[in-house]
Amino acid sequence: MKKRKERIDRGIKARSEDIFALSSYREMLYLLLPRAIPVVGLLLFTPLLSSYWQEVLISTAVYALLAISWDMLISAGLVSLGQSLFYGIGSYIAGALNHYWGWSPLFTIPAATVAGGLVCTAMLLPVLRLRGIYFAMVTLVLPLMLLRLVEATRILGGTEGLTGLDPFPSQLTALYVIQVALLAGLFGFRRIIGSDYGLIIRAINDNDRAVLSAGLNIHWYKTQVLFLGASVGAFAGAFGTHLDMFAGMPGFALDYSIMPVASAVVGGMGTFAGPMLGAFILVPLSEILRALGTLRIVFYGLFLVVFVVALPEGLFHYAQRKYHQFERWVEVEK
Amino acid sequence: MNQSPMLTVHELSKSFGGVQAVNLVSFELKEGELLGIIGPNGSGKTTLVNLVTGFVRPDSGRVVYKGKNITGQPPYRVVSFGIARTFQMVRPFYQLPAFKNLIVPLCSPRVKKLVGGKYGDRDAVALDLLEEVGFERDAYVSYKVASSLPQGYLKRLELAKSIALRPDLLILDELFSGLSLAEVASIVPIIEKLRIQGKTIIMIEHRLKELFRIADRVMVLNYGRKVAEGLAQEVMENEEVKKAYLGSEE
Repeated sequence: MKKRKERIDRGIKARSEDIFALSSYREMLYLLLPRAIPVVGLLLFTPLLSSYWQEVLISTAVYALLAISWDMLISAGLVSLGQSLFYGIGSYIAGALNHYWGWSPLFTIPAATVAGGLVCTAMLLPVLRLRGIYFAMVTLVLPLMLLRLVEATRILGGTEGLTGLDPFPSQLTALYVIQVALLAGLFGFRRIIGSDYGLIIRAINDNDRAVLSAGLNIHWYKTQVLFLGASVGAFAGAFGTHLDMFAGMPGFALDYSIMPVASAVVGGMGTFAGPMLGAFILVPLSEILRALGTLRIVFYGLFLVVFVVALPEGLFHYAQRKYHQFERWVEVEK
Repeated sequence: MNQSPMLTVHELSKSFGGVQAVNLVSFELKEGELLGIIGPNGSGKTTLVNLVTGFVRPDSGRVVYKGKNITGQPPYRVVSFGIARTFQMVRPFYQLPAFKNLIVPLCSPRVKKLVGGKYGDRDAVALDLLEEVGFERDAYVSYKVASSLPQGYLKRLELAKSIALRPDLLILDELFSGLSLAEVASIVPIIEKLRIQGKTIIMIEHRLKELFRIADRVMVLNYGRKVAEGLAQEVMENEEVKKAYLGSEE
């Protein structure tokens, strides 16, 4: 007797996010569980880790924020290779406010988030009409240009950077600040993209001319998305600056641009949770592989290749599908 | 009788490189009229639509709509004046379910203005619109992702997307192309109903028989020029039109 695997989607009822879903504890739990994992995992378990792993998780969360910001841009069809632009700008704004005027991190971080978002949006505004690889090229080049600009003109501390900035009161504070921000970003962005406003954003990615003929100014919507993404990136930069007590040229480093893309590819684009999950795999993995010394990059690269080939849709899409499906073996009659 | 035209197109021209796609085309459209635009392939029909709806900027000429010069306005602004169009090659949002496709036009400033800010349940309005263009009520097909819909439904969805904007002037670019006779026959009543609602319509068509049955007036383009205009029968008697469609006899 031959058997085959049958996959059935769970009923709409339990999957819809409407009021119907709240009709039983089982269904509530079904919806709540996947959302509770990041919240409980981050807020309750990370403080139990050793100081070293807490540090790793802080930097993981910074990359995860950049990945979420990248995912916001890709939702509107904007391919960014320059998350380091957002990081660097945010980092320099917070650093300068603290260094020259002595603002406390309590104010520099929010200020750098908003101002950084505005500055980056203004810088990319002229090329917002470009699509795909053309937009990507400009985002890739801009941080590299700024990097050399700082080096050549010696503004903002030049190659030395701005040092001796105010740190966070404790590592635990820093841990909580970044994790609360990450969760806010994750659920906030998921909320936005799930709304009618988010529908327009996804439609722009799908077919921008059709959105135009639906009477909507796509450039204005793209500008808003860019601002949202850039602000989150700038926040990550401002946070990182106070964490390292330093703002400088490394803020524009390529790492901050490449890691979010890799995270999104591993985790699954367009879901926000996917890129975040990707960052939580890639960054700690890179730490673990440190023991291998020079071979680290080889294994790291190998892992990436295997992952992309084996699961091109991304981990989160795969997990989500499995979660929403029943599977059972049924007999096939011959 | 002395009603001023709703749309006046005055000596509109556009060339792409060396090709004169639209050459000094002028026409007028009265409110409530259905104008058919016909012509062989490459005669500039779609370019004319693109010029009127702002997707392409004209080299010269004027488009006046309800007394307002709208030449060269961006497409989203043209929509806000009350002109909606469909695309010859359908442009659905493939990733979205069929009814969610309509949320996008329903979010436009024009609809918000007409409805007065509050729209209640957009999803319900979207499902109603789909029913209007011939999706069966509450059918599974309305909830399916647009990429899985057959051509007939995509054309209807395209029509629904433009109707959702509550336009006064509707421009349908080859709505019937790629559809079977039966499908065309089922869409014609929808268009007739739109006319009863008082919509002014421009239809670009290759399906002459179906067009002539519903059009008040027909305009013929060839090589970017207007070669004839008038009642359907008159136009088809025109020597130049015969030449354009059948080729000259020499």
